[in-house]
Amino acid sequence: MRRIISVLMENAPGSLSRVVGLFSQRGYNIESLTVAPTEDETLSRLTLTTLGDDHKIEQITKHLNKLIDVVKLVDLTEGAHIEREVMLIKVKAAGAQRAEIKRCVDIFRGQIVDVTASLYIIQITGTSDKLDAFLQSVGDASILEVVRSGVSGIARGEKVLSL
Amino acid sequence: MSPAQETAIAISAQLGESTKSYIASRSSATEFAAAFDMWAYSVETSCIKRGYNVEMLSGGDMLIRSLRDEGVKYLFGYPGGAALHIYDAIFRQQEVRHILVRHEQAATHAADAYSRATGEVGTVLVTSGPGATNAITGIATAYMDSIPMVVISGQVMSHLIGEDAFQETDMVGISRPIVKHSFMIKHPSEIPDVVKQAFYIARTGRPGPVVIDVPKDLTAPFETFPYEYPEKVKIRSYTPATRGHAGQIKKAAQLLIEARRPVIYSGGGVVQGNGSGLLTELAKKLNYPVTNTLMGLGGYPGTDKQFLGMLGMHGTYEANMAMHHADVIFAVGARFDDRVTNAVKEFCPNAKIIHVDVDPASISKTVTADIPIVGSVESVLGEMLALILESDDKPDAGAIESWWTQINEWRERHGLYTAPRYNTSGEKIMPQDVIKVLHEVTGGDAYIASDVGQHQMFAAQYYLFDKPRRWLNSGGLGTMGFGLPAAMGAQMADRDAVVACVTGEGSIQMCIQELSTCTQYNLPIKIICLNNQALGMVRQWQDMQYSSRYSESVYEDSLPDFVKLAESYGHVGIRVTKKEELKAKMEECFAMKDRVVFMDISVDTAAHVYPMQIAGAAMRDMWLSKTERT
Repeated sequence: MRRIISVLMENAPGSLSRVVGLFSQRGYNIESLTVAPTEDETLSRLTLTTLGDDHKIEQITKHLNKLIDVVKLVDLTEGAHIEREVMLIKVKAAGAQRAEIKRCVDIFRGQIVDVTASLYIIQITGTSDKLDAFLQSVGDASILEVVRSGVSGIARGEKVLSL
Repeated sequence: MSPAQETAIAISAQLGESTKSYIASRSSATEFAAAFDMWAYSVETSCIKRGYNVEMLSGGDMLIRSLRDEGVKYLFGYPGGAALHIYDAIFRQQEVRHILVRHEQAATHAADAYSRATGEVGTVLVTSGPGATNAITGIATAYMDSIPMVVISGQVMSHLIGEDAFQETDMVGISRPIVKHSFMIKHPSEIPDVVKQAFYIARTGRPGPVVIDVPKDLTAPFETFPYEYPEKVKIRSYTPATRGHAGQIKKAAQLLIEARRPVIYSGGGVVQGNGSGLLTELAKKLNYPVTNTLMGLGGYPGTDKQFLGMLGMHGTYEANMAMHHADVIFAVGARFDDRVTNAVKEFCPNAKIIHVDVDPASISKTVTADIPIVGSVESVLGEMLALILESDDKPDAGAIESWWTQINEWRERHGLYTAPRYNTSGEKIMPQDVIKVLHEVTGGDAYIASDVGQHQMFAAQYYLFDKPRRWLNSGGLGTMGFGLPAAMGAQMADRDAVVACVTGEGSIQMCIQELSTCTQYNLPIKIICLNNQALGMVRQWQDMQYSSRYSESVYEDSLPDFVKLAESYGHVGIRVTKKEELKAKMEECFAMKDRVVFMDISVDTAAHVYPMQIAGAAMRDMWLSKTERT
């Protein structure tokens, strides 16, 4: 099962390599990873998605918690949460295709952020599934380049991951 | 930073560039040093005038002073370019004693064993590059066995890092998977705080090795900073478990009392966590059988009748049978290693499992615990014992009685002592007998450092440890070469103790150079080498699984003359080839209290270690001899 694990950790040199190293060392898999400092510059927020059964996820969270640089973490998929991923996509947009792609972007509530005579750059935000669906509807033939940010997430309601 | 430190930094800034250029303009090294001392002195006196007692120290001096203030007595290490400022700081003080080994691997093993023997944090100092990489095996050994250790490695100068400088290696990167934590010093003023944190992390929670990587320029003698060793340490992201959950402990105590076929399975955590006294009391109170893991030997008195011996791959018949048939397993400070459980699917089918460990990640990792308790062994055992003593419920005496009858029957049938697992009537010296004689001659009270292989298993089976911290072996990583340096560490820890290194002619050659260190520091270790002229454990597996095709496990007459070798280092060598002279020569060896003695004992080359669990089966499935299985 796909899980989103969100980690609050020291914004210090080497912290990220410890997290990533843990995954390779213990044979866990990282599907996506995104990390940036928080409003408190001494802390970074790292969000990763991984696949595994309950036993594996329990081990992953326990081992992450053991890392000295990790302050707190939460498995967002355990509760109601919001997840978002940003995608920038460069597509061929010429002739009849041009209008078709524009319509598709509108349906998915994306934005065209750069235009040339023959191509668009589209920005689209949403869950990973939505981004996958968009890619499918545009079709491989038109796609020139895809950049995805990896999943970010936050718990719904009162729950807060902070110091 | 304290107000005193801030004042000192402000004053040294005020003295300004002119002072610095004056110092820099001195023509000879002596004048330079004198001018520099004056400068540091004037900063200190100005601070004192303002009511602050501040000492200005260089990074190198701060490092050694911090070790002293942390209570470090011995530093095991080996110098080199990037560590020379630190070594100069060592030269100018007396409190922290440096032990010069002959290879960095030995420094780590010696410090590791020092820690195993004393419970204190072992401390190592090595240089950058090859010094650091040579230390890696020892760090991994300590990591696998959860031994608290701080390893300080020199590093090339800050501005050279990443440029493939001479003797540069990314120590923090290389050691990352085998350390509890690591630090790279960025500024000399951080040194006291980092040292404090490193020792705190190393010794608390589930202990482990911590690396501090120190670039050479940050230890330079002519740049000083106000020194103050922190009294307390707080790391917001690190709060090791202490007490266990009271409700869980209560449930566990109840389940334990209600057990009809209980086994107490205790591991290295009981030894490390100073829980052996409490464990013994608890087991005695309940009259329950106890088995120890390889790392846990000595956690319960080995000669006691409630002791079943070691469990697992080469565990005793009765220990493995008892585990398999148990209804309640009380696992304390043990981690259900694959060398214990055999096939996890077949593991103890009818048992409820109580698992106490300080490391949450060890619980339910391979075997799911019915009652998990995260907490320090000492505090959890203390609380459980109190509950059991107060409880009105008592174990069912009849059930426990018949459980003991069953266990004693197993013990009678195939026990190590009641039914010897080897031929005792032949001409050859049996390795098992060597360990029995060793136990007899040393009164069972020696520190036994072991290498890795058949001799290690024989020592674990036949040297019955009555006290914790006496059995020093590389359990998790299985590092050949551990024994001799480990014996040195134990002898440093207790200069008057009897220390023996049980080894084989294979393992001993992996750190043989340390015979020289023993000479330098007068470490009168006794080396008991079970010489079977082959890599015994490898050959045993080749016998059992590869139709005795001895691929690269024999030396073909290339072994050194160990007696002469020992003599060349200034030690005593004794060769034993006859069964009847074994005991007399062993006594002769241990009578030489102030000498290193190397006993080269020719043992039966065909001996195997039994029992041996059958791979992929349950705990109860064992080979009992070359031809007999359960």
